[in-house]
Amino acid sequence: MQTYTWNGDYPLYRVLDENGVVCGQLPSLSDDKIIEMYRWMIITRYFDQRAVNLQRQGRTGTYAPFSGQEAAQIGSFALIEKDDWLFTSYRDLAGLMYYGFPMHQSLFFSMGHPFGGHVPEGMNVLPYQIIIGAQILHAVGTAWASKLKGENRVSVTYFGDGATSQGDFHEALNFASVYKAPVIFFCQNNQWAISVPFQRQMATPTIAQKALAYGMEGIRVDGNDIFAVYNAMKRAVERGRAGEGPTLIEAVTYRLGSHTTADDPTRYRDANELMEWKDKRDPIIRLRKFLENKGIWNESMQKDAEQQAKVLVDEAIAAAESFPKPNPAEVFDYVYSTATPDLVEQKAKFLQHGGRER
Amino acid sequence: MANLTMIQAINEALGISLEQDPRTIILGEDVGHNGGVFRATEGLQAKFGENRVVDTPLAESAIIGTSIGLALNGMRPIAEIQFLGFIFETMDQIASQAARTRFRSQGRFHVPMVIRTPFGGGVRTPEMHADSLEALFLHTPGLKVVMPSNAYDAKGLLLSAIADPDPVLFLEPMRLYRLYRSEVPTEPYQIPLGKAKVVREGTHITIVTWGPMVPVTMDAVKQLQEKHNISCEVIDLRTISPIDTETIIQSVEKTNRALVVHEAVKTGGVGAEIIARINEKALYSLEAPVRRITGFDTPYPMSMVEDHWLPNSEHIINAVLETVNE
Repeated sequence: MQTYTWNGDYPLYRVLDENGVVCGQLPSLSDDKIIEMYRWMIITRYFDQRAVNLQRQGRTGTYAPFSGQEAAQIGSFALIEKDDWLFTSYRDLAGLMYYGFPMHQSLFFSMGHPFGGHVPEGMNVLPYQIIIGAQILHAVGTAWASKLKGENRVSVTYFGDGATSQGDFHEALNFASVYKAPVIFFCQNNQWAISVPFQRQMATPTIAQKALAYGMEGIRVDGNDIFAVYNAMKRAVERGRAGEGPTLIEAVTYRLGSHTTADDPTRYRDANELMEWKDKRDPIIRLRKFLENKGIWNESMQKDAEQQAKVLVDEAIAAAESFPKPNPAEVFDYVYSTATPDLVEQKAKFLQHGGRER
Repeated sequence: MANLTMIQAINEALGISLEQDPRTIILGEDVGHNGGVFRATEGLQAKFGENRVVDTPLAESAIIGTSIGLALNGMRPIAEIQFLGFIFETMDQIASQAARTRFRSQGRFHVPMVIRTPFGGGVRTPEMHADSLEALFLHTPGLKVVMPSNAYDAKGLLLSAIADPDPVLFLEPMRLYRLYRSEVPTEPYQIPLGKAKVVREGTHITIVTWGPMVPVTMDAVKQLQEKHNISCEVIDLRTISPIDTETIIQSVEKTNRALVVHEAVKTGGVGAEIIARINEKALYSLEAPVRRITGFDTPYPMSMVEDHWLPNSEHIINAVLETVNE
């Protein structure tokens, strides 16, 4: 009898080492483009800190911070075109804001304002997903439709390491490979699914290797290395557009903050582990070192960028807090295309006197 | 006009949709080459090709989840779940995803799709194939639920469901697939969703029923007329969600008595909702308590037991006599 267990090594793809020194092939990006991406990392990091503080001050509700994952998100969102399809989780606001999702609207989700889900026209971005992994299948569906219609679009879905344990993850990868759908499965392995570490989430040493079982290409990339992420995503997007089917990308990164503002990671996470990632592997520090080594960034530019971030985020917070409050009667309007007789009746009574009686 | 079984009428409606709308795509387990385990999609893949009538891998959640994506990106998916008893595998994709996308996006996105699925007892299926689960989906805002009781309604309701901009769960009583034939126009026609049908007018009592219990009820009311001279009005609900309250209330105000008959388990069933509505809007018209004839509050039993479990015309006759004589 011959049995087989794959014990191969799934290498971590890198372009910048932890000191910001080039150790691979740099993408062909202009200095301006790289600086733009770096500025957005600063802006979104600042946004994240402010969003947590707003919750602490009671100005917003539960918020899921993304700090530490800016390179994984911005480096990959940079390849997504406006007519592509995007299905994210709730921890992907850095990428979404860089992509063009309005910053003030990004706060609505944690403020509990229903307008958060009203994605602006002109972008095929679905309201971010709450149910872990459910969106992965939707991306396969839109990608499949693009293929059937002969359109040159890709669908991209973002999810975390925990989502790979869901049945929907498996079903989605299987369907995508069967239909050779132009979809990119972008997994940010941030090491923790609330309190459960990666090693207890799965027995395999990597997520990327799961691609092998579906007959699709998999890439394991340093998610805190924006150039490696960019290159990996570029290849996946180009393969999708060329009709070569789906790709699974595992971006190895780290959630520097809590799962959400309702979570206390000191209960389950070793402080040394956090310091290791925070001090040595922060994606923003790494890119800054690269820029400074290249001589295209300095302390005064950094101060300007931080000031610009503060202005943008302050404006967004002011815009969010002064945005008209939701009209509660609108809950009846978006259940069906045309309100049912029951909803018409309930709305009329609600509008009359807030009542519910018959 | 043709004299068709319900399964033929469904097949015809699906063919019309594929013919008329290039966005239509049928997907599910065994729906392509095999034409579906009940032959609902027979001949369609051969006629319209493998990209329009698609055999999927065996995964209910993915069938619905990818249908959502197909619908978002401009297609009109008609997904088949092979048996309603398997639908729990995809409850999240139906209830939290398909039914909620319009609401979550404030109308920016919506999911026009149909989920067809056979259900119900009386045909000696294996375990977990026969459950009647319509109440779960009546309790799911954003979803419409439709259930035909004959071939004519099946075709017209299915074409309406396919044209509807919201997700529709189309429940097909498998016992009725080939039990009766009815005259079905060859051309396309739509029966509006949300409208019940008074299938028999009467004066002594209103019986509200749907799907597989419609023929059982019709048999009972015939006997009640012949043997007891009791005139029953029968409403075939046809759409479970949204419920056509108006038709029910109008009838109860006329007959002053009511009975609800469904195959699904009793507690928390659609019958309970209908009786609540009668209480809210027509209580003072009632001359007797409203009764229910339903399945028992047990899991659907094995096939050797099912005939004892299912409501039959005798149960209905007894309940009507009890209610009318009160």
